[in-house]
Amino acid sequence: MNDLSCNEEHQIGLTVRGATKVYPGTLALNEVDFDVRLGAVNVLVGENGAGKSTLMKVIAGVEQLTSGEIAVDGKRVQFADTRAAAAHGIGIVFQELNLFPNMTVADNIFIAREKTRGGVDIDSRNQQSEAASLMKRLEHDISPDALVGELSIGEQQIVEIAKALAQDARILIMDEPTSALSAAEVEILFRVIKDLKKSGVGIIYISHRLEELIRIGDYITVLRDGCITGSRSMAGVEVSWIVRNMIGAASKDFSKSLTHQLGAEVFRAEDICLPSKNGGFVVDRVSVSLKAGEIVGIYGLMGAGRSEFFECIMAQHPMCTGKFYVDGKPLDETSVAGRIERGIALIPEDRKGAGLVQILPIRENMSLSSLMKFTKRGYLSIKKERKAVADMVRDLFIKVASVENPVSSLSGGNQQKVVIGKALMTNPKLLLMDEPSRGIDIGAKGEVFQEMRKLAADGLGILFVTSDLEEVMSLSDRILVMSKGRVIKEFTQQEATEEQIIAASAVGHTTTSQKTAENRELQI
Amino acid sequence: MTSIASAGTASGNSNQTWLLLLLKLRTFIALILVFAFFAFAAPNFLSAANFVIMSKHVALNAFLAIGMTFVIITGGIDLSVGSIVGLCGMVAGWLILNGVDLGIGYTLYFNIFEIFAITLFVGVLFGAINGALITKLNVAPFIATLGTLYVARGLALLSSDGATFPNLVGNPEFGSNGLSVLGSGAFMGIPVSIWILIAVGCGAAYIAGRTPLGRHIYAVGGNEHAAALSGVKVNRVKMFVYMFSGFCAAIVGLVISSQLVASHPATGETFELNAIAAAVLGGTSMSGGRGRIAGTIIGAFVIGILSDGLVMMGVSSFWQTVIKGLVIIAAVVVDQAQQRLQAKVALQQQAALSKQEG
Repeated sequence: MNDLSCNEEHQIGLTVRGATKVYPGTLALNEVDFDVRLGAVNVLVGENGAGKSTLMKVIAGVEQLTSGEIAVDGKRVQFADTRAAAAHGIGIVFQELNLFPNMTVADNIFIAREKTRGGVDIDSRNQQSEAASLMKRLEHDISPDALVGELSIGEQQIVEIAKALAQDARILIMDEPTSALSAAEVEILFRVIKDLKKSGVGIIYISHRLEELIRIGDYITVLRDGCITGSRSMAGVEVSWIVRNMIGAASKDFSKSLTHQLGAEVFRAEDICLPSKNGGFVVDRVSVSLKAGEIVGIYGLMGAGRSEFFECIMAQHPMCTGKFYVDGKPLDETSVAGRIERGIALIPEDRKGAGLVQILPIRENMSLSSLMKFTKRGYLSIKKERKAVADMVRDLFIKVASVENPVSSLSGGNQQKVVIGKALMTNPKLLLMDEPSRGIDIGAKGEVFQEMRKLAADGLGILFVTSDLEEVMSLSDRILVMSKGRVIKEFTQQEATEEQIIAASAVGHTTTSQKTAENRELQI
Repeated sequence: MTSIASAGTASGNSNQTWLLLLLKLRTFIALILVFAFFAFAAPNFLSAANFVIMSKHVALNAFLAIGMTFVIITGGIDLSVGSIVGLCGMVAGWLILNGVDLGIGYTLYFNIFEIFAITLFVGVLFGAINGALITKLNVAPFIATLGTLYVARGLALLSSDGATFPNLVGNPEFGSNGLSVLGSGAFMGIPVSIWILIAVGCGAAYIAGRTPLGRHIYAVGGNEHAAALSGVKVNRVKMFVYMFSGFCAAIVGLVISSQLVASHPATGETFELNAIAAAVLGGTSMSGGRGRIAGTIIGAFVIGILSDGLVMMGVSSFWQTVIKGLVIIAAVVVDQAQQRLQAKVALQQQAALSKQEG
């Protein structure tokens, strides 16, 4: 597995040894060893929740290790915060953009490191000229005076990269830098990366796009469930090797054990469109039909419009057009409560922000959507509520010390089960699950998947979104692949292969982005 | 699954449980302490007459604080209640004194119950205006209610050109006499205003604890987005809390004019701040999602007894203000300590559970 010895021309700039990071309820990193070589692109790959982002946060000083050590140039270091890491020449381009939309490009690039005269007066001319030269280096003509909030996501990504470049980083972490970029912008980024390599910068590159990794990487490290499963130089690496190490030979067993007859159609969406803010469509003529007892997986990259489609079903977008049917009758209710009443339940992707009220007890979170069930003439029977919640806690095997504790005291997996419990208490016909396994550990994942199977066997229709290939392959009766708001392809479970799905999820991407690039040139 | 249980010894845990209980009951303990202190330090503090007077003072602030508690639990704030108190007093005074001139040579006089109803309606209406500004027009609660604070106060002053409506005894011919019952009447030895407070307090506590509406109020304050996705009608909930707050303010307006048998347009200035103080003292979190009606009422009693007791001891009113401020700050500091401890205990329980199983 370890054939690092074959290539010793790159000097090791940063080493991580025995890194372990524990969050309440989960082990995010388990005894991880990781080297960053200078003047090379060090690729880090793994599934969602494998621990990539945690490892990067540790290196950038955002989080501290529970145990283990980090050394820069052979000297052991401890990063109390990002400032300490930056002082050692470590810069990071975060996956979520950390920009201030209300400030200009130049202000953003030099935030907290403002160029000043005498420590007080900001030297804006100096900042602007330097920002302009950074933009030139990145081959973008974004004005240093432009407000970041008015830039497109791709341009914001470029600003974020410029910000890291401005710090003269020796080690630059890029966490999915291309996820929001068009094909032309990706080419520019790759040229910049080559430049940086030449000047001796060590780049840590995280991405889900495997072809991209093979093209640009010099070394590759694969993470799975917090452990390193493969680490070597990029020469001779194939997609199949990466996939094998990402998923593991002993594949997680979510295999379809329960078989059952599918019932009548419970849900149909026809020609759902949602216009985007920057023109075009976020959701583009999506049509889906779902039978009782069927599990349909929607696969796609970030920003493919999957979550927005769910939000349309849940009446979150008044601009959304098209028609929904439940049990053959049109779904005309415009309020969330009305749609819940009709048997639709959503388990949102952002558990903390959209799924749970963190400071309320577990009991009150779980019953929030179904309080009318326990209410008679304005009186809410706590006794009935408590019993129903206790039943649900037992059915879903939720580990709770007391249902009166705040829901924030639970681990991610148990919190997710509380959200599922909340949805189930409304007696839904259609369950919408947006990334149901995000941020939960492998044990809880298995339990959540088993529960999904059981629910389907009980006649529930389940529509779920995931960016985990293995998950979509093993859980779904049918697979829809979405890209740029459109359903590119539909597979049955039998006919789907991993390569086909990946190809379909990328197809729309490259072509449409190239088209927009062409359009832009035409306009100029 | 890995658990990072730093489970202490059994005695350490039970100490923690005691401390937590003590912290949870802190407002109540503060009330007892304040009470005990003045029982010794202030002459005549324990006399029945003093209790009646004090409870009347407290009731005024408690009404507003109950309405304010709901608003703060949803994550908002209502600065307009003091002005609504003033305006509603003027409305009642105007109706008793002048009636409504229909412009055709007739003037319509209402009986006292109709006057109560109209006054309460005006309070609710202003609450509805606040709610509509906040939900429909997306104005921040602080700004929206600051605006209505000025508008309501201005209208109150305009109604009489700044003068007092005196001698509101009413006219038995029109059935508009009897306003004074609210402020100085008593039933079974207990002032009428206290009976009303008991009714409103119980009603509010019932709403908070035993109705879906109450649960929705907490959910909206805890996480508005999650509440909306769970089917909570967020805008309706917000409309309700501001309307209820306006309703409470209207009651206070009526009670004060009744106590004075007059209404003055400046009545109720800075009442909103006392109401906020009582709610916060009772454990309501300004960031929303947390608070209890019982706590708020106890908080109102602590503030009320503190200021009346200090008066009876002859402490200068300037010092009273300083002491009130210190008590509020101390309450919030203790509240933060309680939150931290509570979170720690819950995490430990959870960790202990996964240890048992793993």
